[in-house]
Amino acid sequence: MTPFLELIDIAIAYPPKRVVTDVSFTMDSALIGCLLGPSGCGKTTLLRAIAGFEPVQRGSICLEGAELSRPGWILPPEQRKIGMMFQDLALFPHLSVADNVAFGLRRWKAAERRERVEDLLRLVGLNDYAQRYPHQLSGGQQQRVALARALAPRPRLLLLDEPFSSLDVALREDLAHEIRAILLREGIGGLLVSHDQFEAFAFADQIGVLNQGRLLQWDNAYNLYHRPADHFVADFIGQGVFLPGRMGEGSRVCTELGDIDGIPPDGCAPGDRVEVLVRPDDVTHDDASPLTAEVVERAFRGAEFLYTLKLDSGARLLCLAPSHHNHQPGQRIGIRLEIDHLVIFQHEVQDLGG
Amino acid sequence: MTVSLETEAVAPRLTPSATVGQGPRQWLRARWFRLDRWVLLVVGVSLLLALPVLTVFITALQPVGAVWQHLADTVLADYVRNSLLLMLGVGVGTLLIGVPTAWLTSIHEFPGRRFFEWALLLPMAIPAYIIAYTYTGLLDFAGPVQTALRESFHWSRQDYWFPEIRSLPGAIIMLALVLYPYVYLLARAAFLEQSVAVLEVSRSLGAGPWRRFYAISLPMARPALIAGVSLVQMEALADYGAVQYFGISTFTTGLFRVWYGMDDSIAAAQLAGLLLLFVFALLLFEQLSRRLARFHHTGNRQFRPARLLLTGRWGWLAALACLLPLLFGFLLPAGQLVVWAIDTAPRMMDGRFFSLLVHSLSLALGAALLILMLALLLGYGRRLRPWPLVRGAVQIAGLGYAVPGAVVAIGVMLPLAAIDRSVDGWARQWLGLSTGLLLSGTVTALLLAYCTRFLPVALQSVEAGLARIRPSMDDAARALGSTPRAVLWRVHVPMLRGSLLAAVLLVFVDVLKELPATLILRPFNFNTLAVRTYELASDERLADSAGFALAVVLAGIGPVILLSRAIGRARPGYDAVS
Repeated sequence: MTPFLELIDIAIAYPPKRVVTDVSFTMDSALIGCLLGPSGCGKTTLLRAIAGFEPVQRGSICLEGAELSRPGWILPPEQRKIGMMFQDLALFPHLSVADNVAFGLRRWKAAERRERVEDLLRLVGLNDYAQRYPHQLSGGQQQRVALARALAPRPRLLLLDEPFSSLDVALREDLAHEIRAILLREGIGGLLVSHDQFEAFAFADQIGVLNQGRLLQWDNAYNLYHRPADHFVADFIGQGVFLPGRMGEGSRVCTELGDIDGIPPDGCAPGDRVEVLVRPDDVTHDDASPLTAEVVERAFRGAEFLYTLKLDSGARLLCLAPSHHNHQPGQRIGIRLEIDHLVIFQHEVQDLGG
Repeated sequence: MTVSLETEAVAPRLTPSATVGQGPRQWLRARWFRLDRWVLLVVGVSLLLALPVLTVFITALQPVGAVWQHLADTVLADYVRNSLLLMLGVGVGTLLIGVPTAWLTSIHEFPGRRFFEWALLLPMAIPAYIIAYTYTGLLDFAGPVQTALRESFHWSRQDYWFPEIRSLPGAIIMLALVLYPYVYLLARAAFLEQSVAVLEVSRSLGAGPWRRFYAISLPMARPALIAGVSLVQMEALADYGAVQYFGISTFTTGLFRVWYGMDDSIAAAQLAGLLLLFVFALLLFEQLSRRLARFHHTGNRQFRPARLLLTGRWGWLAALACLLPLLFGFLLPAGQLVVWAIDTAPRMMDGRFFSLLVHSLSLALGAALLILMLALLLGYGRRLRPWPLVRGAVQIAGLGYAVPGAVVAIGVMLPLAAIDRSVDGWARQWLGLSTGLLLSGTVTALLLAYCTRFLPVALQSVEAGLARIRPSMDDAARALGSTPRAVLWRVHVPMLRGSLLAAVLLVFVDVLKELPATLILRPFNFNTLAVRTYELASDERLADSAGFALAVVLAGIGPVILLSRAIGRARPGYDAVS
């Protein structure tokens, strides 16, 4: 079976600068994807290339087996049947809500067009606002109009360029879930661009982490957190520190906190210096433990405290503890390691931990 | 499915050339020097519009002839001195009127403030030559003022001294009365933009209202004031009608003398070139101060300053200060025009009047629509192809707004006459007939001059409108299935409607009141309202000219309304629809 969306070895450049290099991934139409990364990592450029606004210098983009872009040729965006929601929404200010939604339905018969617009406005809960103009709507309502407008021509794929960034947090999550449900029900593939991992986790089934124009890992949220493929991903997703250690016999790693079992990366020999990823939830507070560390900082999170601890060697560690364990900076507290999946990287010179 | 690259070439944003394996040089060529329809059109139109100015400069570089030598020995010093004095005087005059009124209406509250806020713009509707004619009629020996003085004091001609309006100081006052709204507008915007915090800090440090004005607000508004005065001085340099009527020798009247009286086109072009140097110096000044103005922005204001309430005597004084420029700059001259127009109506309002009215209005409208199309072409071309070549070409086409009408006219006449001469010579030689004046004596020449001079006005409006349309609008429309051309018609033009209307109106009025270029370039027996007003006034038939002048003034009120609406929109509590 041909994959729904396939990117093969894509490179995009604004000469002389390469913006995107060697990006390949495939996506299933039943799943929703997300391109996640810090600002300037090339994720929006990649999305625009899929929409047809940017040409590719190398590689090809295929949707349902048909090629959309290759070097020297691109199918114009208006012929791709790919919908897009823009960061600034780009609602047409001179058109009413209904006319905005109907914009992409120019070739439809009038009756069908009216019906489709009505359906969509009902779907997004704006059927009473058809004759309003965009500036008369709230931010959340404008978002819904943009969604309805993008969905109206029945695109095969909907691209979302950080469309929630202008909303407040509560509304953002609601709308993300709502859009997700609509896409799944209508059978439209979705691809989101975001710099916010929680938005990505809430919205997407598969997430690609990008940095400096390269796709580092294309995986689900659980694996990104627990089995990061690379130092950057481990650092970018979730919190944690890298604890220095040394490979022992077999699969053992010797660290300051004792010996831990784990699968070492390829090419690691006993005696090599390594780093072990320790998430805050891997460190359990236990007053009875012989292992202790000094509290340097603490942040109250309601149900729990996030402690920053200092080990005797000076290495830092993060620890989540229930909030009734109230310790002051300077105190020593007992800790225990409870690691399910040990993530080990070969030692890198730069220190990204923290 | 295959799609030609041509479709893609009209993509609404700069996309690097989509070809693989190219070295940097090929890429450069692909990006900067690819010529397609848009680039050729935009560059071609821009060059055509820049032709008059370029002609003047190139001609001015020719070796000086006898006429120039004669000018330099005799009157040139007069031209320079009078033009400089005029610039200086009008600059000071507009500051004296524009700054206090802007300060009062933007920061204070007093009786009639809301009315004065826009009414102070009304003098813009009166062209300088018309106010000059009107005041001459009012103040000369036989005019109502002197007659009333003589009658009430039983004076006769030798018994009293009365200031001569037809003089350099008179011209300065006339020009300042109708040009101060430029300074007023820019000063007002600057005062409104100033940070409340800065003013409040100065208040907490004990500065009273006067000290806040001259120690804080005025220095912070300086770049805006310089920009405003530079604009005013450009207008003063370009004026022909008023100084000609007052008999003052300036660059523009000198141009006419050399062009018609001495019949030396090269000397005229050299004089025009010298005038252009003055204009470009002012232009540079204006651009620099606009750039400076950005550094004077003192952060975002969270709220507007509460207006300082002027009560009692102070309030009425403020109202009086705003009333005076309005009275002398608009109410009095416009009132006089109305009185004259009614008096002379039975004689002047005949079929010829109305046919001239229709003729002049349709010429202005036609020119305005032509200029709008060209502005849309250049503006959209620059959006589609923001390459250095295209940007530079559009920039050159935009220079015309600073160039005095008389200079543009000479720059149009020289190349078109040369073309006519060579076509005529060729036709005589090969066809045995004379083609006469194909271009230079026809409406073509007039239209080219109008385009050169007023396209920048329309272009500015169109580009401001286009800039408000974010690129994501283009993208959104294309993702919804629109081709680039459909994007222009379905998204841009409807969203630009306001800007396009404004552009047409502004150019329409500018063409209607244009005098010097029309005088030089109009075909034989071809008249406009402005030219007819000038002709009648030159024949000392001031009252008879009032009907024509009034029509020009009435049309000029259109842009004032437009501007005052923009002012209203900037008021607190009014949310501008983006």
